[in-house]
Amino acid sequence: MLETLLQGLSSSSIYAVLALGFVVIYKGTKVVNLAHGSVMLLGVYVISLLAPRLGFWPGAVIGILVGAAGAVVIQFMTNAVRSKDHLVMTIMTIGINVMIAAELTHEIGDATVFTGDPWGNRSLSIGGSSFPVSRLMALIVGSVLIGVIFAIFRFTQFGVKLRASAVDAETSSLLGISQRSVSIWSWVIGGGLATVGGIFLAAFPANGLDSGSATLAMSAIPAIIIGGMDSAGGAVLGGLIVGCGEAVARRLIPELAPVLGDSFASVVPFILMLAVLLVRPSGLFGSKVVQRV
Amino acid sequence: MLQITGLTVKYGVGVHALQDASVDVPEGAVAAVIGGNGAGKSSLMRAISGTLGFHAGRVVEGSITYDGRNLAGLSPQKILRLGIAHVPEGRRILGEMTVLENLRAGGAIVRSTRKRVNALQEIMDRFPILAERRNQRAGLLSGGEQQILAIGRGLMSSPKVMLLDEPTLGLSPQMVERVADTIREVNASGVTVVVVEQNAAMALGVATDGHVIERGRVVLSDSAAALRDSPDVRRLFLGGDVDEGLGLDAAPASLATLTRWSA
Repeated sequence: MLETLLQGLSSSSIYAVLALGFVVIYKGTKVVNLAHGSVMLLGVYVISLLAPRLGFWPGAVIGILVGAAGAVVIQFMTNAVRSKDHLVMTIMTIGINVMIAAELTHEIGDATVFTGDPWGNRSLSIGGSSFPVSRLMALIVGSVLIGVIFAIFRFTQFGVKLRASAVDAETSSLLGISQRSVSIWSWVIGGGLATVGGIFLAAFPANGLDSGSATLAMSAIPAIIIGGMDSAGGAVLGGLIVGCGEAVARRLIPELAPVLGDSFASVVPFILMLAVLLVRPSGLFGSKVVQRV
Repeated sequence: MLQITGLTVKYGVGVHALQDASVDVPEGAVAAVIGGNGAGKSSLMRAISGTLGFHAGRVVEGSITYDGRNLAGLSPQKILRLGIAHVPEGRRILGEMTVLENLRAGGAIVRSTRKRVNALQEIMDRFPILAERRNQRAGLLSGGEQQILAIGRGLMSSPKVMLLDEPTLGLSPQMVERVADTIREVNASGVTVVVVEQNAAMALGVATDGHVIERGRVVLSDSAAALRDSPDVRRLFLGGDVDEGLGLDAAPASLATLTRWSA
C-alpha cells in the first residue's frame, strides 16, 4: 500500500506541475492552452538533442527556456487574432497544437526521445518496497516548484498584477497593469512548467517520450477541471486527486474488477472529473462565473 | 492643466453619451461634475482615462489635452504614467485580495521598488484604517473603507490628477463626510481632483469649480461657490423642488436620450 501511495504522490506532482502550467496561463490570459502537450514535447525534444553534447542539466535549462519561448510564440499567435474572445483563442491553440505536433512528428519520426536524466532506472528501497529515484526527484522538484509558484503569486509584484488582471481586467488597466506583459510572463511560466513536467514524464519508469506523447499532458486536464481552472491551489489538489486516484485504481482494479481491463486506471481521472463537475461545475476551488446582464 | 474641448462620446451606433462637452480643470483645483443618472459623467471620466473601449464606447469628436499633450489614442497605462489616476465608479476593489495587495496593484507602474515601498508607507500613514486592515481581504471592508482604499490605491502611482467617479455612492452620511475630508486632504497634498457626483451638496462642498452636465451636455460651468448659490442648481440638486430640467439645455428632440447609462 505504501508503494501505491508513493507512486500516487509522485505522479500527482507531475500532474500538478502540468496543471499549474495550464492554470497560470489561464489566469493570465483566460486561454486554456490546448497546445500544452506540444510545448512539453518540444522542450523535451530539445533536451534530447542537447543533453548528449552539453550534459543533462545545461540541456534541461535550455529545453525549459525553449518550451517557455515556444509558449510565448503561441501567445503572440493567439493575440494576433482580431477577436478578443478567449474561446476563439483557446480553439486556436488546438490548431497550433496540430501544427507543432505535426512538425515534431516529422522530426522525431518513430524514435523515442530520452532526456538522458542522471537518475536512470535506479530505485530506492523505502519500507521494503522499491521506488524509482526519478519519481522521488519528481516529487521533490514538483513540490519545490509548486512552492515557488505560490511564492511568486503571493509576494512578487508580478503575482499581484497577474491576480489583479485575472479578476478584473478593466480595473487592472486603470491601475496601469499592462495586460501584455502579464500575458507574456504567464505563458513563459506555463511553457517552462510544461517542459519540467515533460522531463519527468519521460523519465523512468516510463521509457522516454515518442511523437504521440503530447497527449500525455492532456491527462492534466482532469486535474485543472477538478481543482478549478483559475486556482493554483486547486491545480495542486486536483493533481493529487488525479494522481492518487489513478495509482489506487491501478492497484485495485485487477483484484476487484478485472473485467474492466488493465488500462482502465487511466480513465479514472476523467470519471473523477465528471463526478466533481456534477457537484461543483467550477471545480473545487474555481471562482464561479457570475454574469450580470 | 486638463482641458476637455468639444468632446463627443458615442457608445455603439448612434447613442451619444456626451455631446460637445467642454470642461477646463486648472492646476490645483477640485472640479466637481454634477448631474443626474445617465447625464454622461462616467463617460467623461472614461474618456479621460482611456477606458471607453472597455464599454464599447469611443470619442468621435473633440479633444482632451493634459499639460498641452493630446491624450487621444493613448492606452490607459500611458495616461496613468502621465499622471492621471482614475478611481472608478463602484470602487472596483479587488475583493479576493488583501488591502496591501490592492495597494501594491495600484503601484503597478512604479518600477522602482524603493519608490513603491515609500508610496505604500505614505498611504498607510495617511490612512491608518488601511494600515490596520492591511492583511484583511479587501472585500471585507465596509463601503466607506473600500472607497478610501480605492483612493489610496489611486494615489500609489503618485498622480498629479485624480479622477473620482461617484466616490460617495451608497455610503452613509457619516462616511460621505469622511470621503469629503479625504478629497480635501488629497487636494491639499497637491493633487488636482476631478470629482463626479450625484451628491451635489457634497461635491460642491469640496470643489473650487463646478460643472453641471445634463443629457450629455455641459450646461453650466462656474465656481463652486456660485453654483451653490445658483437658484437653478439649488432647485435641481440641493433639495429644492424639482419640476423640469435646468431650462438651459433645450435638447433637440432627435437627440438620443440616455437613461440610466452610468448604472
